[in-house]
Amino acid sequence: MLARAVTFALVGLEPRRVEVEAHLQGGTPSLTIVGLADRACQEAKQRVRSGILSAELEFPGGHVTVNLAPAELKKEGSGFDLPIALALLAASHQLPRARLADHASCGELALDGRLRRVGGVLAVAEGARRDELERIICPYEACAEAALAGVEPIGVRHLADAVAYLRGELEPPEFIVGNGKPRRRPLDLADVRGQERGRRALELAAAGRHNLLLGGPPGTGKTMLARRLPGILPPLEEEQALEVTRIHSVAGLVDLDHPLIGYAPFRAPHHSASTAAIVGGGPRLRPGEASLAHRGVLLLDELAEFQRPALEALRQPLEDGELVVARAAGSVRFPARFQLIATMNLCPCGARGDPGAHCSCSAQRLARYRDKLSRALLDRFDLVVTVPRARALELQAGPGEASDPVRARVVAARLRLADATPKRTSAADELLTRAVERLPLSGRGRAKVAGVSRTIAALADSDAVLPEHVAEALAYRAPTELATP
Amino acid sequence: MTVLRRRDLPPLLRAIHDPPARLFLRGNSDAALLAQPAVAIVGARACSPYGAQVARMLGRELAAAGVVIVSGLARGIDGEAHRGALETDGHTVAVLGCGIDRDYPAAHATLAQSICRRSLLASEYEPGVEPAPWRFPARNRIIAGLCVATIVVEARERSGALITADFALEEGREVFAVPGEITSALSAGANALLRLGATPLTSAADVLESLGIESTAARPAADHPLLDLLPATADELVRKTGLAVGEVIAALAELDVAGLAAEGDGIYRRLA
Repeated sequence: MLARAVTFALVGLEPRRVEVEAHLQGGTPSLTIVGLADRACQEAKQRVRSGILSAELEFPGGHVTVNLAPAELKKEGSGFDLPIALALLAASHQLPRARLADHASCGELALDGRLRRVGGVLAVAEGARRDELERIICPYEACAEAALAGVEPIGVRHLADAVAYLRGELEPPEFIVGNGKPRRRPLDLADVRGQERGRRALELAAAGRHNLLLGGPPGTGKTMLARRLPGILPPLEEEQALEVTRIHSVAGLVDLDHPLIGYAPFRAPHHSASTAAIVGGGPRLRPGEASLAHRGVLLLDELAEFQRPALEALRQPLEDGELVVARAAGSVRFPARFQLIATMNLCPCGARGDPGAHCSCSAQRLARYRDKLSRALLDRFDLVVTVPRARALELQAGPGEASDPVRARVVAARLRLADATPKRTSAADELLTRAVERLPLSGRGRAKVAGVSRTIAALADSDAVLPEHVAEALAYRAPTELATP
Repeated sequence: MTVLRRRDLPPLLRAIHDPPARLFLRGNSDAALLAQPAVAIVGARACSPYGAQVARMLGRELAAAGVVIVSGLARGIDGEAHRGALETDGHTVAVLGCGIDRDYPAAHATLAQSICRRSLLASEYEPGVEPAPWRFPARNRIIAGLCVATIVVEARERSGALITADFALEEGREVFAVPGEITSALSAGANALLRLGATPLTSAADVLESLGIESTAARPAADHPLLDLLPATADELVRKTGLAVGEVIAALAELDVAGLAAEGDGIYRRLA
């Protein structure tokens, strides 16, 4: 007897339809899985057998062949357990075959027949909607996530429940959909005392989606400032939120109760991260930190301590907004339109820029440190700000402006920028030309200054870019001491 | 490339205790450039942003007044002095401790090219000679020898720049030192020179005056109220003036473009 269940395998973020065929024959009892199943998938044999027996159902006798079609597509992970079990049960007439064919399914089986959550349920559900399957049978915890795709999730806690539902003996249980807000409140700017220039740069970065590099001696609050960027970013639009949730779902990072990520994600990988960890890849082609920060913020704390290949790999997504991970078997695209914010010391010993300390770095050591960052990468930062050590006076100051009013200004400025781009006045143009002549400013540098000055004008609620806006933008260009060794 | 034999050397260099037997020259200038009034600007390789700004400002202002800037093409102060001179129409000569066809240090290869296009690279070593530590002090005697005065901007104790100053003193040439913070190791060398009687340098005009050259370049009018509050960080200025942070940053950037102030490691300093 033959029966089919439908599920989806992920290639990067893209769901590909997989038909799980189970065929029963006579002969010695045994179970074979064919169709390029990886190890986790091959081990489904043991889990499916135990799960079916634990659900007090009958494991079919005789020889059973399970085929995962199309056969040339690699199948990875434990999400195939449930469709394999359901196809087996349908083939042995324990549930109606026709009804099973109307449902997509995915989930891992525990030995006692309970269902465990797997990553990428949202992408599987989206595949189901694309193939016009209206329902997906999934672990109960993944209901809210699957519902985001616009298909009806049938959340089940146990294999027996799934069988009962398909037999028409059980109604699917209710589930709760979250509101898309972050679980924890983001860090607030009110905690930052003094640092007017740093705060200003952060606000500009948020308003114009500019990449920001904060330099300075240790302990001046660079990281503290950087971590407060998500708190002043506007919430994501619905389409963007789905996009972000899909990536996080594949990485198995969505919150059970609040799967929709309606806010800008924030990722801060440690500087020991490998290239694959940052750009994605690895044997299972998972999205990397750069993709997890899609539509949000990627913070690289201590930029110069990162491995150079990992940093250089970021140049492509910074330019194109996506990452193409190429493998012998084919390439996969991950969206990665993130805002880069980085911090670094001014020299390896850290004392440079601190009036109270003596830098002991030799010229060669300093040059080597700065060589870590290629010009090409440094060029991607629209705003470069040196954060000097705060004096005691500043630390005694009261709390600074909180994040909420700053975010309101950022939202207003973004609306204005989306509405109509402010144009430079002739006086502003003249200042920019003069600056290009006088300062070491490349063509790309000029374009960056022009972009930042538009953001400054938008934040000032001005229709035109005035000379003072250009002047302020000039102050955020990369300093020569970072540029030339 | 030209080669000067000992008897063709410029008079100042020929007059030193141990003039080089030959001087190899590369660049688009005539060897007569070496006979023009020249000043050496030397100092630490790992200099502070302050030192770099001073070196560049002195290079610019002295070259603009027609003085040839001589230095050693090293990182730090040397490079900044060359760059400052190149920002004007003036001339600058780099004296190398290796063959004149070597790009050393590699990071200054483009700077060396710019100098070649306008002025001269000079060395007593034949083309192809590798840079070596013991060649640099010998090179310093040529730097001091070519110049009527030597300016030490920033130097640690036992810095190579002090060797240049010693050569200058031995030959009876003027030595200027830029005063530095007494707490900074980077100023120890320059301050020690001052204690020994070097002339303190507070502006390019000090040098021009002692050379008897009148400065022709009109200095930009410096009357911005923020200039009087420098050196300071942008944050300090915001607090002192009560202006909005954007306004302060914009004003500082305008001063920067006008060449009146510059930022180093987050601290703004005036240049004029």
